[in-house]
Amino acid sequence: MSTNSTPETMMGREPSAPMLPRPCTVQRVRQETYDTFTLELAPAAGGAFPFAPGQFNMLYAFGVGEVAISISGDPGRPEKLVHTIRAVGATTKALGHLRRGDTVGVRGPFGSAWPAAAAAGRDLIIIAGGIGLAPLRPVVYHVLRNRQKYGNVVLLYGARTPADLLYTKELEQWRGRFDLDVQVTVDRASASWHGTVGVVTNFIPRARFDPSETVAMICGPEIMMRFAIQEIEEMEVNTDNIYVSMERNMKCAVGFCGHCQFGPAFICKDGPVFSYNSIKTLLNIRGI
Amino acid sequence: MNFPLNRAMMAPRGSVTETALKVGTLRMLEGASLDRLFGALSKRGYRLLGPAVREGAIVFDEINSAADLPAGWTDEQEGGTYRLKKRSDDALFGYAVGPHSWKKFLHPPAERLWQADRKGKTFEVTEEKPDTQKTAFIGVRSCDLHAIAIQDKVFLNGYYVDPLYKARREHAFIVAVNCGQAGGTCFCVSMGAGPKAAAGFDLALTEVCEPERHYFVVEAGTDLGAEILAELPGREVEGREKAAAEDTVASAAQQMGRYMDTTNIKELLYQNYAHPRWDTVAARCLTCANCTMVCPTCFCTTVEDVTDLQGEHAERWQKWDSCFTKDFSYIHGGSIRATSKARYRQWMTHKLATWFDQFGTSGCVGCGRCITWCPVAIDITEEVRAIRQAPQSPKSSPVGDKYGNS
Repeated sequence: MSTNSTPETMMGREPSAPMLPRPCTVQRVRQETYDTFTLELAPAAGGAFPFAPGQFNMLYAFGVGEVAISISGDPGRPEKLVHTIRAVGATTKALGHLRRGDTVGVRGPFGSAWPAAAAAGRDLIIIAGGIGLAPLRPVVYHVLRNRQKYGNVVLLYGARTPADLLYTKELEQWRGRFDLDVQVTVDRASASWHGTVGVVTNFIPRARFDPSETVAMICGPEIMMRFAIQEIEEMEVNTDNIYVSMERNMKCAVGFCGHCQFGPAFICKDGPVFSYNSIKTLLNIRGI
Repeated sequence: MNFPLNRAMMAPRGSVTETALKVGTLRMLEGASLDRLFGALSKRGYRLLGPAVREGAIVFDEINSAADLPAGWTDEQEGGTYRLKKRSDDALFGYAVGPHSWKKFLHPPAERLWQADRKGKTFEVTEEKPDTQKTAFIGVRSCDLHAIAIQDKVFLNGYYVDPLYKARREHAFIVAVNCGQAGGTCFCVSMGAGPKAAAGFDLALTEVCEPERHYFVVEAGTDLGAEILAELPGREVEGREKAAAEDTVASAAQQMGRYMDTTNIKELLYQNYAHPRWDTVAARCLTCANCTMVCPTCFCTTVEDVTDLQGEHAERWQKWDSCFTKDFSYIHGGSIRATSKARYRQWMTHKLATWFDQFGTSGCVGCGRCITWCPVAIDITEEVRAIRQAPQSPKSSPVGDKYGNS
């Protein structure tokens, strides 16, 4: 009944020169929120950039630095390499200053993937908090492209305020579909917000899915993921079918630098997507 | 300890000429003839790196001849203590290990990974050329051979390969030295990592100092080692010499200054993430990172991006980093391991537990450097003992409540 407990994996394609960035050209910049933007890239040398939903790249801003950013585009359209980035540090801010025609160094794709294909035939509950929607958007694209293969599909999304919501146009489109159950909430809002206020986990007991035949994919702040898992477990979803995406400091993305260790796991190569069962104990220890 | 130094993975080192000697052969080499070995290596283009006395410590540096070796010196080591002392003989390798390990050369403290130059709106990246200088490491102890094998697993045996490490590794010739004397903080016997070099060397020396004689029993570990050994003015080892060499190593094994019980050590640490001992050690730990710098297996690095003043030329440098710094685990919002307790626990649990799951081996070889060079003399063997004496049951490991509090 469970999906394969090892998340699907596709490794970066240059195992012998893993630290070398490949130049990619900025095709388009889209401002998502006051501090978050999406870069659409294409390899400068031409060709496509195949990836699996949940994987990430290391993006290099010339002379400034490199950051791990998950791929937020459509895996069915690998000619567009899409990343959604929150400008919070020197490198992400430098990436935010790039314009069409500028160059970004890219290494990847790295890491494990959401079991999007393996979840076919089941219900799917996708739970995202804040920028955590970015690494889950490729799953939504994949599901919509193969909609008939899945049962009920629920997307629950929470952000701090309405101004922090990503992909609002897309969310509105998805909410308009009869084959998707999309719920959006914010932690706090002014009177101009007519949507739900509260934590995203409040939606879980009311969402329509068959717990015995559901795969859950969760990405957001760790505290939100712990709550979400708890609610899902209370609905009696098999814990084998719960997947989370983890974040840690990362310098190399290939298992050399040691920064992303999470107990015995390296987030860069064993994750970022983990089956909940494989990291259950670690997720509840502080300072791991 | 499992010791898969994969020679097949290494590039060929040139054709092996006809040699009378085979791998495993033992030969007797007079002490005065050691320079012939160095000469044979130099003639083949090897740069010699070995022990030398510098500023009151035995470190690894460039050497030219046996005269550069620390003749007649030994070291006294204890928790937080290291002193050089004169020996009663003129042994060239009569000490344990100093603050340096061979990772200084194989996995250098700072190295450039690539350079990039701006070309209009784009830039060109130039890969760093691997270093193909042939290098001979003189005086590699068994603990350090194991440490090199452990770093091989990190940089060579995974899906991704570090090309700079690989080149240096392929061009290294290893002259091991079997220990005749253990240091006060040594515990390689506990870790199954010594004191006799079992594998991973080209030549292994055992130094024997007798009142009237000074000689080496030399073992060939590879074809190249055997080829070089055949060129040296030695002869077959006599039974008495072989026995003397064996006694030397056996006495070192008896002198271990420290001991660690490694029974089920992975499980022990996995079940004791919440042990109160972590608080005790954290109260002493200065998070200075000395232990990680001197550790021969610690491999963590960070990267630094630099540019010229015009911003036209950029470089990426890789530098040793340490899990004892707060920045090491920083992600937006704060450091994951904000306390010294979390950081010490990370380091020790990594060495002795998670390393097994990551690389199929212990991350500790029992060299004792972390004990000697800790300014407050924190002793990893003592920390393990303290946890083992009062382990917490698996049930009491911290599974947090709904709010993530443990």
